[in-house]
Amino acid sequence: MAVTEPFIDISGLSKTFTLHNQGGAVIRVMDGAALSVRPGECVGLTGASGSGKSTLMRMIYGNYLAASGSILVGRVDVARAEPREIIRLRREVLGYVSQFLRVVPRVPTLDVVAEPLLTLGVAPDAARHKAQTLLARLNIPERLWTLSPTTFSGGEQQRVNIARGFVHDYPALLLDEPTASLDAQNRETVLCLIEEAKARGAAIVGIFHDEGARNRVCDRVVDVTAYTPQAA
Amino acid sequence: MTRPYDIATRHRAAGRIARAPDGAMAAGQADLTGTAPLLRVEGLTKRYGTRIGCADVGFDLWPGEVMGIVGESGSGKSTLLNCLAGHLPPDSGQVLFDTRTGGLKDTVTMSEPERRMLGRTDWAFVHQHARDGLRMNVSAGGNVGERLMAVGARHYGTIREAAIDWLGRVEIGADRVDDRPTAFSGGMQQRLQIARNLVTGPRLVFMDEPTGGLDVSVQARLLDLLRGLVREMGLSAIIVTHDLAVVRLLADRLMVMKDGHVVESGLTDQVLDDPQHAYTQLLVSSVLQV
Repeated sequence: MAVTEPFIDISGLSKTFTLHNQGGAVIRVMDGAALSVRPGECVGLTGASGSGKSTLMRMIYGNYLAASGSILVGRVDVARAEPREIIRLRREVLGYVSQFLRVVPRVPTLDVVAEPLLTLGVAPDAARHKAQTLLARLNIPERLWTLSPTTFSGGEQQRVNIARGFVHDYPALLLDEPTASLDAQNRETVLCLIEEAKARGAAIVGIFHDEGARNRVCDRVVDVTAYTPQAA
Repeated sequence: MTRPYDIATRHRAAGRIARAPDGAMAAGQADLTGTAPLLRVEGLTKRYGTRIGCADVGFDLWPGEVMGIVGESGSGKSTLLNCLAGHLPPDSGQVLFDTRTGGLKDTVTMSEPERRMLGRTDWAFVHQHARDGLRMNVSAGGNVGERLMAVGARHYGTIREAAIDWLGRVEIGADRVDDRPTAFSGGMQQRLQIARNLVTGPRLVFMDEPTGGLDVSVQARLLDLLRGLVREMGLSAIIVTHDLAVVRLLADRLMVMKDGHVVESGLTDQVLDDPQHAYTQLLVSSVLQV
């Protein structure tokens, strides 16, 4: 296969937090980070807790502002893009499976999972059908589909989050501990979903504490400790 | 003109993004990448004597975008909303709206009849208190139908049909069409107000604390309804609220106001999770956890 251009390309990325209400303390959390991910590739972020794995992930998603550097996802530089460009990027290109489920209370699980497709203009029936397929694969019992996921167990909520993240074929995916609280069978399903996403050409950045999962789906690992500024 | 208080823009001013070729990511709905904003606000200022209502506010709102405005009581967010919607004359500045016929037009200097026409067609205003936006002694169906008649609908059957359709969309049963809003609960009144506002297919909706004063259970249902309508109709909306949880679920973008000034703006989750301004940091860290 010919060498393809990276789809996610990060360079010279740094991040500081300024705590205005705590004496204006400036905390440097990342310096000179670089990362590139090609289509069909999964790169695992490693490093001790607090080394900045989630911070890097949040910056790629535009959730944290970069202090300097660039974060190219496709042709959009998330570090400089206008909000509306990031909104569009998230809708069409960049999916994110976080560890926390944040939804409007009382909305049925099926609609929560179908929403990314509805937002893209997919017909409601087709969107719900795709959502059903994923919920079934992830072993969410059908009797729960009409209930809000806010009442679900941690593992069930996580699977709803995963279904939501895989319902649209995003060209780029960010996965924050997608297998953390899953049993063996569901873990296997999620790893298969990741492998399928890679096979269709998705560029994936993931955090996996589960070493077995990491070894299986990640083509490379990047230790973010290299980008953690040394304490002054 | 630059936007002096838009921290995100200032932060990003260093470079422009490389744009994808036109249509490279064609989507089937609200176009967030059109070349013209739906609303462009520049240097909007309103004073009450020597006191500042809002000062030098500027932003662009694009089709399909929902923008939240947050800040504490007296921060100027309601003054700003009322200036934008033409309810209050600003002392200076422009509110340019992408009219269907003439493109971007300053609604501040446009004639009163023209502005009122906008208010009946392309604009809608959802008040915090439903009774400010409803006619309380007219039936629910009449409340919805009245706005249709204001834009020229005359056929009784058609109007009643549209009214019942819209009551259904906001989950008010057809059997309540002849009841007056006084017989409705607070949540129902608010949903009726939304139906009355959206029946004419507006492109821009102003909302002042739309979920304020409602029980949390009713609030959730209303939020879901609003999200669905925004998505299906490709609406743009400006929502003033003091509830950060509401904007997180409803708004794509956020502006934070303090003492009449916009102190920070950006993507909603970015402003809430990585606030840059001291006041926003205080605001976010003051939210009580449930």
